[in-house]
Amino acid sequence: MHDLAQQIVSGLATGSIFASMALALVLIYRSMGVINFAQGELAMFSTYVAWQLVQMGVPMWGAFFITIVVAFAGGVLLERVVIRPVERAPQLTLVIVTLGLFTAINGLAGWFWGYIVKPFPTPFPTTPLQIGGVAFSAQDVGVIVVSLITLGLISLFFQKTKLGLAMRAAALYPDQSRVLGIRVGWMLALGWGLASVVGAISGIMIAPVVFLDPNMMQSVIVYAFAAAVLGGIESPIGAVVGGLILGVVLNLLGTYVEAIGNELRLAAALAIIVAVLVIKPSGLFGRATVQRV
Amino acid sequence: MTLVSPSSARAIRVGIAIVVIAILPAIVPTFVVFDFIYVAAYAIAILGLIILTGMNGQISLGHGAFMALGGYVAAVLAHNFGWPYWIGVPLAAVASGAFGLVIGAIALRLAGVYLALATFSLAVATPSFLKHYKSITGGFGGLSLDAVKAPAGVPLDGQQWLYYVTWAIAGAAFLASALLVRGKFGRALRALRDNPIAAISFGVNPYYYKTLAFGWSAVLAGIAGAFLAMTTAYVSPDTFTFALSITLLIGAVLGGMLTFWGALVGAIVIEFLPLVAQQVNAGAPSVVYGVTLILMMLFVPDGIVGGVQRLTRRLVRRAPSTPEFEPPVPTAASMAVDHSTRE
Repeated sequence: MHDLAQQIVSGLATGSIFASMALALVLIYRSMGVINFAQGELAMFSTYVAWQLVQMGVPMWGAFFITIVVAFAGGVLLERVVIRPVERAPQLTLVIVTLGLFTAINGLAGWFWGYIVKPFPTPFPTTPLQIGGVAFSAQDVGVIVVSLITLGLISLFFQKTKLGLAMRAAALYPDQSRVLGIRVGWMLALGWGLASVVGAISGIMIAPVVFLDPNMMQSVIVYAFAAAVLGGIESPIGAVVGGLILGVVLNLLGTYVEAIGNELRLAAALAIIVAVLVIKPSGLFGRATVQRV
Repeated sequence: MTLVSPSSARAIRVGIAIVVIAILPAIVPTFVVFDFIYVAAYAIAILGLIILTGMNGQISLGHGAFMALGGYVAAVLAHNFGWPYWIGVPLAAVASGAFGLVIGAIALRLAGVYLALATFSLAVATPSFLKHYKSITGGFGGLSLDAVKAPAGVPLDGQQWLYYVTWAIAGAAFLASALLVRGKFGRALRALRDNPIAAISFGVNPYYYKTLAFGWSAVLAGIAGAFLAMTTAYVSPDTFTFALSITLLIGAVLGGMLTFWGALVGAIVIEFLPLVAQQVNAGAPSVVYGVTLILMMLFVPDGIVGGVQRLTRRLVRRAPSTPEFEPPVPTAASMAVDHSTRE
């Protein structure tokens, strides 16, 4: 029983990281209708920035907040320089451009920091937390708390601030928003910045577990795809719920079902993606879309 | 002011390509011959991608998975059962093609970006499948194969033999594909890419053609994977990572997705560019690939071959000439339909 509780909490911890990455994908999908395949690589690069800061003697949480600022600036800059020229291009073009970003960022990280796997310091205490007689890893609990705070702040931002409202308007009705004086282009850039921040936080949260290397986010991004698709790719709530469900289910499957184990978790995520897309492409929370002919 | 008719110009280009390929082993060092076997294998795989993505508008980020299947079928048959490659390669093509038909049938349900997402995930998950089924695939360590030897009586060493066989198969793949897409099939693929609704209204069966395009593309990738395995004489999960899938797409985009020549040019680029860039830094090939990919999409969406064609046409037009039919300049928009489901 204790074991099960531990596994569920640990599943929620990875799940909240999937949820954050999925939310980052959804933020961009909602505003421009494209999957940012480079989202995971952006997060990986930000995590390296945090690592570099820690190496230079900056305290862990200081590095965390500096990295957030860097990630935001990086996201905005990429949107302005790389994405803007192809904003209205067909989807295939956008997909290939984000794959170009994926490849270039991956290579840059390898160039700067090499391909050798590095340990990453955990920002949380290493002693387990005793809750109701069960020992939980402080890393797991910390990840859940940080992710929930992040998701809460993002949600508050979109629901309660004028800027958040403007961003939602720009995403849903770009032409009308322009008429109302909203600078739609900058709203998109802001969306990229926010998505990049959420990704950076996920990267720093998961790095102590998966360690630091240029390919660290490749499987995480597939789980995030699965979470986003499961929740409905246009739904931020869906992304979060999808991520948490996926984290717990995969963790329990990996632990208790011998045939799946650790290696086939990725295959299970793939199966979920395909099954949801074939059976109910709008996911749990999305609305079915109708295409005008 | 054309000096030769388009069809004889093409015959001349094909002839030159065949002659160059035939005499290459006699004039370049052995290790370059080795590189050119890989070029042939990549060209076969990229050809499949050009038919699927360039001609039919279905994006696959997971062609490395089909290469993995083909490579492992040939390798497992050779390593575990001692079957010769002349049985192994066709079976690799059949297995990969069958898998391609399955994925193609699923792809019918996935519009645009969803297909990219699913095939991306397939490519990332492929190595974990290979690692999991250890008893067949050899797990992490992979499978070592005997080096290919020339049959008795052929005055070539093993490598030269493999070179000619691979290029002969590549030639056959190009010829078969050209014949396949020349008529009704090719028109149906392009029509479904450019205007699916109109195509369907005219009686083009989207299920049949799109699934078949996926199947044929997978056949080609499977063959390419088998030759990759034979050339390296080794397969492992690390041979068929996501990086391979994305490299193939890069080859197709850089070479150009509007003609089959793009496959040849793209294959040469992805074989030799990393060899050069690696000397700067291990990360450099990816940086160069990524930056070039973005710049190509922004400025030359029809790839090196398309860009050169436009350039030569412009030069020819400068000279006084009788007006002739001018093909429209291809743009990124004409290469892909927006399958967006957003209203």
